Amino acid sequence: MTTTPRTLYQKIWDAHVVDTRDDGTCLVYIDRHLVHEVTSPQAFESLRAAGRPVRRPDLTLAVPDHNLPTTARKDAAGNRVPIADLESAQQLDMLQKNAPAFGIRYIADTDREQGIVHVVGPEQGFSLPGATIVCGDSHTACHGGIGALAFGIGTSEVEHVLATQTLLLKQSKTFEVRVEGKLGVGVSPKDVVLHIIGVVGTGGGTGHVIEFCGNVFEEMTVEGRLTVCNMAIEAGARAGLVAPDETTFAYVQGRPYAPKGDDWDKALAWWKGLATDEGATYDKSVHIRAEDIQPTVTWGTSPEDTSGIGGVVPAPEDFADASKRDAVKVSLEYMGLTPGTKLTDVEVQNVFIGSCTNSRIEDIRAAAQVLKGRHKADNVKWAIVVPGSGLVKEQAEAEGLDKIIIDAGLEWREPGCSACLAMNPDKVPSGERCASTSNRNFTGRQGPGARTHLMSPAMAAAAAVTGKLTDVRDLAPAELAAAN
Amino acid sequence: MQAINHVAGKAIPFGRKNVDTDVIIPAHWLKTVTRDGLGRGAFEAVKKEPGNVFTDPANADAPILIAGDNFGCGSSREHAAWALLDMGVTCVIAPSFSDIFSGNAFKNGILTVALPQEAIDRLMEVALTDPIDIDLETQTVTTPFQDRFTFEIDAFRKHCLLNGLDEVGLTMAQGDAISAYEAKARGGLPFLARTPASVN
Repeated sequence: MTTTPRTLYQKIWDAHVVDTRDDGTCLVYIDRHLVHEVTSPQAFESLRAAGRPVRRPDLTLAVPDHNLPTTARKDAAGNRVPIADLESAQQLDMLQKNAPAFGIRYIADTDREQGIVHVVGPEQGFSLPGATIVCGDSHTACHGGIGALAFGIGTSEVEHVLATQTLLLKQSKTFEVRVEGKLGVGVSPKDVVLHIIGVVGTGGGTGHVIEFCGNVFEEMTVEGRLTVCNMAIEAGARAGLVAPDETTFAYVQGRPYAPKGDDWDKALAWWKGLATDEGATYDKSVHIRAEDIQPTVTWGTSPEDTSGIGGVVPAPEDFADASKRDAVKVSLEYMGLTPGTKLTDVEVQNVFIGSCTNSRIEDIRAAAQVLKGRHKADNVKWAIVVPGSGLVKEQAEAEGLDKIIIDAGLEWREPGCSACLAMNPDKVPSGERCASTSNRNFTGRQGPGARTHLMSPAMAAAAAVTGKLTDVRDLAPAELAAAN
Repeated sequence: MQAINHVAGKAIPFGRKNVDTDVIIPAHWLKTVTRDGLGRGAFEAVKKEPGNVFTDPANADAPILIAGDNFGCGSSREHAAWALLDMGVTCVIAPSFSDIFSGNAFKNGILTVALPQEAIDRLMEVALTDPIDIDLETQTVTTPFQDRFTFEIDAFRKHCLLNGLDEVGLTMAQGDAISAYEAKARGGLPFLARTPASVN
């Protein structure tokens, strides 16, 4: 046992090395593999062609999410509603067939446990602290919120993990993002991560794994930590981590896949030693004051294009880097924004509350709190709330949140990835704006020509009510104060 | 995987920074269940911009793409690599690449060459009129004007690319080491080594 102080990342890494090559490449064991319909068909096909089985189907879980429509999946008579898009239907059908053919548990689209892979994993206790978790989806970083080393992989790697339960990896550098101080009223985990990306940039974390440190994350709920780690990839880091603590253990205990009995005691003993040791060093560090973080929105087509809601649309000349100036020019043209415009003067026609970033029960509660007793503005033509899983949906309905949402004029949908990437029918029309709680504001992400503004669930709900980007602290100060 | 050593020919002088995978291949093209045919959807939005480099007939079938910093950021979709291959690109030159994209490119036999911005600027200029030559064995990029830039590449990746090796097959040959790790994990980290779906 080494006595050199180690980071959380280093400890998880060390516990998973199967073999080390001379050049430093390691064969790393993967504890949990989540599979969805978009990035798996070609991997299963290659296994089949080579006659290779899945090594550990018991460590693998398949869930459809990207292509599923979020409208009713069964009609009044209880019959399955066919999926109109034939390509989507084919991809979903292949997962439904491939998973059982290779001995993998498949959660069907009509099961109450179905949802977005990154909501389902933690919710089922399938994702555990200290585990290595992969999925053919870059937002796998999300599971770092429970202290797992989790990252997205491509389809060839999906095949590699299915066949060998390992990956060939080189160790990443470590990046400490420390946020300390007191977050203001109305400032949510989403605002924290958007602010961080604005500071470090979309390339800031490339080659690194981020560890989110400081009292702000220690005091955050597990769901908040999942939101933050989810967007580590938007800062270029393949993974984000928050050290597991009592909050994490309380969250994990009792979930269907969580260890029980003697296994639980062993797990707890190991998990408690995972936090970064005193004296361990990071390759890079950034310190941010919590008091500097405002409710934050994006104005451009890169997640680093952030501003506090009190700001204005910047001008290309505001940026020192020539390449960034060009990018901002193209971006503002695409977004249809004029420099100097107050962000609170920007009208939105669509609102999307959902995605693996913000579709858990706390997110739905935060949105409902703002929507309660209010109604969406007339200029907001389309506003949907998409819970992250069937279980989130049930919980929200048990709390009456669906009724608040529907009374406010928003639609309450079935779980899935939905308008985050618009692979299903939920798309934002070309040229229109969307206040969105998702994770990417890329050109065409929510549909060709769609203009995305990223923000928190409370801020998106506020935008639905006023029809403009809005400071939720101005709209609902009493509710925010009560929740604080 | 196709072995790759030498890439020479026309380079597409794209040069844009932070090119994300949604730009390389938009999500609505991801519904495919094969690896083929994605070239048609590659850079779909850029192709609609007047005067873009992708619809310029001079760049048709070019094997090289030159881009700016942080190429391939965003999603993990390997479709981005498949789309590039399908449009005939087997080498991308940029100052830096996203981690996931460079892995996906490698696994599909696409060479990613990282060079400093000054070298990129020079190659962008050359690409307007002349071909570029990339040699993996010697790790050099050269032009007809005696420009010569060397690049770094991971030794294992280089070996696999030069020999067209199948990584899954290579790892499966280490089955005993993996089994040994699993046996050790069952003793030390049993809560990770099994789920309720495990038989032991």
